[in-house]
Amino acid sequence: MADMMKIRTQLSGDALAIKILMAHPMETGQRKDAKTGQFIPAHFIKNVAVGLNGKTVVAAQWGGAISKDPFLGLKVKGAKAGDKVTVNWEDNKGEKNSAEATVG
Amino acid sequence: MNELNQQRRTLLKGGCAAGIVTLAAASGLLVPGRVLAAEWSKSAFEAKSVADALKGLGAADVATSSDILIKAPDIAENGSMVPVEVTSQIAGTQSISILSEKNPLPLLAAFEFTDGAQGYVSTRIKMGQTSNVRVVVKAGGKYYSAAKEIKVTIGGCGG
Repeated sequence: MADMMKIRTQLSGDALAIKILMAHPMETGQRKDAKTGQFIPAHFIKNVAVGLNGKTVVAAQWGGAISKDPFLGLKVKGAKAGDKVTVNWEDNKGEKNSAEATVG
Repeated sequence: MNELNQQRRTLLKGGCAAGIVTLAAASGLLVPGRVLAAEWSKSAFEAKSVADALKGLGAADVATSSDILIKAPDIAENGSMVPVEVTSQIAGTQSISILSEKNPLPLLAAFEFTDGAQGYVSTRIKMGQTSNVRVVVKAGGKYYSAAKEIKVTIGGCGG
C-alpha cells in the first residue's frame, strides 16, 4: 500500500499544476464494521507536505473526512522544466510515504 | 604528553561528527523531518462544531468574501467522494481551510501556502449529509469566508 503514489505535473509558462493521487484507506474512526458492529479504528493521513526543489510550498493538515485514496490538486508559480516536486505524508499511525517527480 | 594527545584526538573526532550533523541539517539533507514539522491542530480537527473548529484554527472576525470561488456539484450522489475546488482571489492568501458544516467533525482540511504556491486547492471530501461547505481563507493576517450548499443523496460518513 505504502508505495503507491502518483504525481502528475503540467507546466504552462512558469505556472505549474500539480496533481497527486495517494493510496490510503482514510478511515474516520466513525464507521462501523457491518459484520462485527465494531467501529473501524481511525486511520487517516494527518500531514501532507509538497515541496518544489526541496522547499515546502504547500503544507496541509487533514482530518479523516478527506476521501479514500486522496486526490490533491495544487498550483505553483515560478516553476520551470527540470524542477523537482516532492510529496511527503504522515498518517495518524505514524506511517509515512514520499514520492518525487521531475517537471517535464 | 601521550595522554593529552589522546584527548585531543577524541575531541577532534567528536567535533567532526557534530559538524556533519549540523551541515546535513543546514543543507536540507534531513528533509522529511523538516517538511513534516508542521503541527496537526488537534483542537481544530477534533472540534464538533464549526465555531470551535474556527477557534482551533485561530480564525476570528471572519468576513464574508466574494473573492473565494468554490467549484463543487450542487448535488452529490455519493457523499463519500465529493469533488471540491477552491480558488482564492484574495491577494496574499496564506491558507485555505475547508469545512463541511454538518459533518460530525466539521473541519476537513487546512492548507498553508508559501513560496509561489497559489491560493488554489482541489480535492475530494466526505460529507455525512446535505450541508454548507465553508471555506475560510487567511490573507494578510485577516480571515475571509465563503460557503456553498451541496445536497448529498447518500451520506459518506457513517457505515
